[in-house]
Amino acid sequence: MEKLIKNRSIVEDPWLLLKEVSEMSEIADKAAVPLIVPLAFWQENRQALKQRPGKTAVWLQSDELPASLGEDLHSFGLIALNFPVFSDGRVYSSARELRSNFMFKGELRAIGDVLRDQLFYMARCGFDAFALREDQNIDTALAAFDDFRDGYQVSVDKPEPLFRRREHVL
Amino acid sequence: MYRYDNYDHQMLEDRIAQFRDQTARFLKGELAPTEFLPLRLQNGLYIQRLAPMLRIAVPYGMLSSTQLRKLAYISEYYDKGYGHFTTRQNIQFNWPALEDVPDILAHLAEVEMHAIQTSGNCIRNTSTDQFAGSAVDEIADSRPYCEIIRQWSTFHPEFAYLPRKFKIAVCGTSDDQAATQVHDIGLFIVRNEAGELGFRVLVGGGLGRTPVIGKAIREFLPEHELLTYLDAILRVYNREGRRDNKYKARIKILVKETGVDAFREKVEKEWQSLKGGPLRLTETEIERCKGFFHDPDYKTLPATSAALGEALARDVLFASWYQQNVDAHKRPGYAIVTICLKATGVAPGDVTTAQMNFIAELADRYSFNELRVSHEQNVILADVEQDALYEMWKALQSNQLSAANLGLLTDIICCPGGDFCALANAKSIPIAESIQRRFDNPQTLRDIGQVSVNISGCMNACGHHHVGNIGILGVDKKGAEFYQISLGGSAENTTSLGQIVGPSFAQDEVPDVIEKIINVYKRRREGEERFIDTFNRLGMAPFKEEVYGKTN
Repeated sequence: MEKLIKNRSIVEDPWLLLKEVSEMSEIADKAAVPLIVPLAFWQENRQALKQRPGKTAVWLQSDELPASLGEDLHSFGLIALNFPVFSDGRVYSSARELRSNFMFKGELRAIGDVLRDQLFYMARCGFDAFALREDQNIDTALAAFDDFRDGYQVSVDKPEPLFRRREHVL
Repeated sequence: MYRYDNYDHQMLEDRIAQFRDQTARFLKGELAPTEFLPLRLQNGLYIQRLAPMLRIAVPYGMLSSTQLRKLAYISEYYDKGYGHFTTRQNIQFNWPALEDVPDILAHLAEVEMHAIQTSGNCIRNTSTDQFAGSAVDEIADSRPYCEIIRQWSTFHPEFAYLPRKFKIAVCGTSDDQAATQVHDIGLFIVRNEAGELGFRVLVGGGLGRTPVIGKAIREFLPEHELLTYLDAILRVYNREGRRDNKYKARIKILVKETGVDAFREKVEKEWQSLKGGPLRLTETEIERCKGFFHDPDYKTLPATSAALGEALARDVLFASWYQQNVDAHKRPGYAIVTICLKATGVAPGDVTTAQMNFIAELADRYSFNELRVSHEQNVILADVEQDALYEMWKALQSNQLSAANLGLLTDIICCPGGDFCALANAKSIPIAESIQRRFDNPQTLRDIGQVSVNISGCMNACGHHHVGNIGILGVDKKGAEFYQISLGGSAENTTSLGQIVGPSFAQDEVPDVIEKIINVYKRRREGEERFIDTFNRLGMAPFKEEVYGKTN
């Protein structure tokens, strides 16, 4: 099993991420394995996937909108968002949309080009799980969540902006 | 001026510690150059032609004398004794060593300054009118709103990796001095029929490769919804702005390709989920921010100063400086002074360590310890008693800062160009100098009157050449540096983009061409017409003919 940061701890990852899969037959031998599948594959094989014994989650590419999950959105225990490259900022908006607009409560996982220096902003946008790129040092990366002690904006971790909390302080 | 509280200080401390660690990992080889790149850019650090360049934010152009002294210190110990004010009211240093940058940032933090988000594909420093708070024609002081935007945009977790850079300007006066219409978002402070304060919102303006004047997407945005609406615009842009081609990645291209009406609808739709939410500004927050920009302790003075009148009558040189560089103030007996950093032979916008210390001294003595930087790359003392003007001018004179060419042909807006910048196609500073040398007679300059000359060393348009009455753009022609000239641009209320005169010119031809253009104006102007008025009346033809000769 791969290692993963979840809720600021290092854990074993029970899920199997399928970056590419096109036929149901390819996963026939993984009936009980929890799988994270691409959006298109989910959309084509929705019924069959819902009936398999193992859990199924979905991952979105940076240009795929959370809204494309439709009503299924809340049936997932996990949604993964892929960073094709760490500087693709669309993924941050997808995360915030999932948490703040769609009120998604399950695990929100960052996958792909996930690096130590972006973890803090990712967490503020609602990610709670991080599958770091292979070469990253997962142990030292944990410190990134404490890069800043506070932030000015409304965010998933702090639903009130600093100016509203400042008032309380005054 | 805004003063940091514990939260602001803590945020800055955390940022410096973060960047110190990132720099150390980069120098140890643990962080790849491509991955360090956006991190250093968002801390203002470029790798330039000769050395790194550090761009320090001057939020909406406001500086205290203490801050300027700190900049002077940095220029002396970490640079080569000077700094360069930019067209976005920032200051940059061209010679710091990479490993010194975290220490420089720590110095800056002591005086509540930083280099955060002065570069990179993120929300940059918010700019505004350099006369804010002192201007005669002000609807409301723009600075409290600029500060509100500064805090919202600083470390915004969702918008740190936008398709491209993003610039916001706020205009609180009836005469726009902040080039507001050529920003990604331009906010005009307005009052509605009920007398309530709000913003007229423009989006998709910008210069660079594709110059565009911003389009209105909202005629009245209620004051309290400022940040919810900005969040909505940014989210639409972040999601939909092009990421496949860096030259098409600015919001202006998205607005153009989407169509302004469709873009507005997307923003309004996004706004529905944000409007009235926690990001809606509270009265307490608006009042808190306004509280930092209250009037200083003005004296009650007569509207006109006898001492000033006397000095004007006595000293012709002073009178011409006064006429050009001093503006009316909202308070009787006060004046707004612009120190023009455009002396011939000095790169436009450059200030030496000694000059910085001296200007700080002047600010302490004459202008409530504060000063401003304009997008025209000049420095402003915004609250000077008229009685003190003569004495101050004398002091400016002895420090080579009394250039009386504000707004005149030699008050050139100019980027660092090929002498420093790695992006430039051509040099720009020597072009500015050659024009200044050609037009070195003060009387001739005053006779020509108000005309803006803007020079950019490349398409990125840091010198805002599209909105210069005379715009000069450095281009690369088979490896040689050439200059394309445009006419008719303006960054004022009636913002317009210049039209290209014709084929480009070699460096040594530029002063002649400018002279020919000016000669057409001098021959054909009517009454009190400024250069831009004559150009607008006559059109391009007579200028073109003069420059290239008759075509038939």
